[in-house]
Amino acid sequence: MEIVNIAQLQKQLDAFANKEVYIHLETTNGSYAAHYDEQFFNAGAFIRNVKLVYEHAKVIEDHPNRVGLKLEHGWVYAQGITHSEIDEQGRLLMAGLDYSGKLAVALQISETPFAY
Amino acid sequence: MEKQRHILIVYPHPDDESFSVAGIAAMQAAMGVPITYACLTLGEMGRNLGNPPFATRESLPAIRKQELIAACEAIGIQDLRMMGLRDKTVEFEDDEKMVRLVTDLIEELHPSMIFTFLPKYCVHPDHEATARAVVEAVRRLPKEQRPTLLGAGFANNTEQEMGPADFVVDIRAFKEQKLNALKAHASQTGWMLQELDKREEDNGESTEDAWFTTEQFYTITFED
Repeated sequence: MEIVNIAQLQKQLDAFANKEVYIHLETTNGSYAAHYDEQFFNAGAFIRNVKLVYEHAKVIEDHPNRVGLKLEHGWVYAQGITHSEIDEQGRLLMAGLDYSGKLAVALQISETPFAY
Repeated sequence: MEKQRHILIVYPHPDDESFSVAGIAAMQAAMGVPITYACLTLGEMGRNLGNPPFATRESLPAIRKQELIAACEAIGIQDLRMMGLRDKTVEFEDDEKMVRLVTDLIEELHPSMIFTFLPKYCVHPDHEATARAVVEAVRRLPKEQRPTLLGAGFANNTEQEMGPADFVVDIRAFKEQKLNALKAHASQTGWMLQELDKREEDNGESTEDAWFTTEQFYTITFED
């Protein structure tokens, strides 16, 4: 993955619009967050291989960036996206890596299901 | 520590074995003891992708699989079973399916000793779910057929509530194997090992860290 190029990422998001796609969306602080800091309230969410169609997508440049997908009846968004790539299977993988390089958020879009 | 007939190790993540039991396993492997490691997931949800990233969420499992194979070679574990569950979902699997997974291994291998985590004191939800399944599978065995069951506990309150571990093995003679196993899990342990190296340079001290001196477990017992 490379640091997000906003214009390029916007084009890549546009290419999946109005198609049935599989989504991976994940936010995480890591399972050890409350072990290292007992005052830490550990929250996160994970969905994988949920199929949907989005009408349009937008990447908002910020530090870190935000990506939103508008659906016919709703929304998907991820905050904190820093890195992205189109992998060898043509899937759009976006991730937010924190200041130590650890994954904090991921949003991935594919026309075929992700592995298990 | 006595030579075992067969050791079964059950952990959810590639690298759990290297942190907690690599020294003991290397010691027993050197005595010719067969060791089976059932690793439930491939650590698919690991947060360390390299800095700068060399892995993605999707490429990480294949990388960690190769690291796991290399770590088992470093330790001398001959029988590695990758059980195909997904990282961070173990606790949501059907409870009976999880117990059956462990029971099947026990019935096949008849281990004399099983290493896993200590329920309620092992921090990560996958660790807890793994430990619960192993403990329940062993509990269901006839008393006289139960192998020795050892759990690793490392929650902050473990010593306070459980007292000191009762099964403590000096593994200093197998430091090299353990270090090589940890190094094999480079995607996850790279920074930690860099810190160890740096400390060695800074202080001229050896890395005789707690990890390389003893490995400690709690014997899990049953009332009936």
